[in-house]
Amino acid sequence: MSAAVPAPEPPTLRIEGLKVSYGVDGAAIAAVRDVSLEVSAGECLGVVGESGSGKSQLFLAALGLLASNARIAGSVRFDGTELLGLTAAALNRIRGSKLSMVFQDPMTSLTPHVRIGVQLAEVRVHHAAATWSEAERSALDMLERVHVPDAERRMRAYPHELSGGMRQRVMIAMSLMCEPRLVIADEPTSALDVTVQAQILALLRDMRAQFGTSIVLISHDLGVVAGIAERIVVMYAGRVVESAPMRELLRAPRHPYTALLTQCAPSLHQPRRDRMPCLKGQPPNPSEPEIGCAFAPRCPRVSDRCREQRPPLARIDELCQVACHHPLP
Amino acid sequence: MSSANESLLEVRELGVEYEGRAAVDDVSFEIAPGEVLGLVGESGSGKSTLARALLCLVPVARGTVSWRGTDLLRYKGAALRRRRRDLQMVFQDPLASLDPRMSVGETLAEPLEIFEPQLTKQARAKRVAEMLERVGLSPAVAGRYPHEFSGGQCQRIGIARAMMPQPQLLVCDEPVSSLDVSIQGQIVNLLSDLQRDLKTAMLFISHNLAVVRHLSDRVMVMYGGRIVETATREELFAAPLHPYTRALLAAVPDPAAALRPPGEPRERARSAYEAEVRGGCAYRGRCELAQAVCEQAVPVLEPPAAEHAVACHRRVELVYSWRR
Repeated sequence: MSAAVPAPEPPTLRIEGLKVSYGVDGAAIAAVRDVSLEVSAGECLGVVGESGSGKSQLFLAALGLLASNARIAGSVRFDGTELLGLTAAALNRIRGSKLSMVFQDPMTSLTPHVRIGVQLAEVRVHHAAATWSEAERSALDMLERVHVPDAERRMRAYPHELSGGMRQRVMIAMSLMCEPRLVIADEPTSALDVTVQAQILALLRDMRAQFGTSIVLISHDLGVVAGIAERIVVMYAGRVVESAPMRELLRAPRHPYTALLTQCAPSLHQPRRDRMPCLKGQPPNPSEPEIGCAFAPRCPRVSDRCREQRPPLARIDELCQVACHHPLP
Repeated sequence: MSSANESLLEVRELGVEYEGRAAVDDVSFEIAPGEVLGLVGESGSGKSTLARALLCLVPVARGTVSWRGTDLLRYKGAALRRRRRDLQMVFQDPLASLDPRMSVGETLAEPLEIFEPQLTKQARAKRVAEMLERVGLSPAVAGRYPHEFSGGQCQRIGIARAMMPQPQLLVCDEPVSSLDVSIQGQIVNLLSDLQRDLKTAMLFISHNLAVVRHLSDRVMVMYGGRIVETATREELFAAPLHPYTRALLAAVPDPAAALRPPGEPRERARSAYEAEVRGGCAYRGRCELAQAVCEQAVPVLEPPAAEHAVACHRRVELVYSWRR
């Protein structure tokens, strides 16, 4: 877009001006309001926001996975191909092979009555035209690469026979079956215990190093994203409010919302306070019209201007963008 | 009726079995009136089963649970239901634990209809309005239905429902783990206010030690159905002993950790999925300190009845190697 940042190669994913809304009882509910972002080759982008911030809707829309009543506008280019408006058949050739997704709940995203090995092999049979015996060999190999112990026996298991952490490993193995360019992981560890969560995040880091895959990691927990992402995008009420390299964002958050999020992550490295830090209030109702800054009612730095005029996402230096009338220094 | 230092709940050598396997094994602890006891462990550790056993929601295979000196497990039918007035529960999934067809006001009034049938309709409505305000909601929401609320608001309603019969013990089973990190503190602080104002004792269950730390006076760590470490809050966080407790502490995600220079060794559980071990210490398959002795006998909490006790064969070495 601007000539200031020379990109060595075109971004793997470029989302421009994406809008998602739903028509309910004649009223429009805006889930995503004009979001643009890029993911470069091999990069891990963290997308952070609360429930209802539009972070999942954004990527579900990009992959053509939203319900048919969703209205989508904008552009999503993956490896140079425009995804919005593609036919289901054309999308299916890309999804699951070059572009895959890992969801929060590994139980509901696996088919309950099909053995793990078959579900994994199927991906290669469909997308890489492999024979079943070849595909089963790669499935076994992939299970070993994601550190599933006793992989040969697990190939014959049904999803319900595995623990939550193990099912998520299987999901990650499945997402990698065709060596995709980009994996979108939507809250992949939110349903898991902290110990298992730490292992799944280590696995994602490891997979990136092994396969050079770009990763989009979506989470409500800045602590989860910080351990793996190079760049973080913070979303609020359907918009990007801050975008910065991970270290800059954590060290010196510019948006008051980001600053509050960094304080909310329950940490053992800070002295215990009697009150657990948290954000007060609720995110805005998406069916209400947007007037001024959506974060104004919860913001400690709010002024009259914020209530009247929405701050645009503005570049404050080469790497950081923030949408705030009164950014932190 | 009871002296000041008598315990509210006393659990002795409790065992619960599922299909012949011990889900809870030889668990003993007490909760004093007004005390908050944290219970930490991961899925499958038996912490939710333990909670359910206390409320007589699952059959108990062994041991005793006494409530102010009387045997809770002997209650049946109507007597048990009356007894439950004193022990209420807050569940993990706030939306699923509310009846979608009942308005918030009806949900909150129901416990009063059961436990205080003498109240007039007006008196009930007044109590409902007071409780809604206490949990940070407007009394005007009484006419609305669960699906109209966010996860955090539903959990406030779930807590209000549990508090309606004025229980003496509130069992909270992962009350914040399905909520956004940014609002988990709202619920933890609400529980903390209720404890302070109403002196309700709590058993607070979570897999996240960072959350437990804010609320608990004492903490128990559970693994493989057994208590592996118990200590006061200060002691547990200042000087954790059991290798599993240390793995849990190391696993808490922390943005600050991402800013520290890499290379700093961080302790990590080897894996959460080693094949289940039979006999000996249940944690030995994941423990980096496991030795031959750990296969031979199940470690018990030592020193017995101490404020800080740990169930680990290598306890003595741990005290010296890890304590600074």
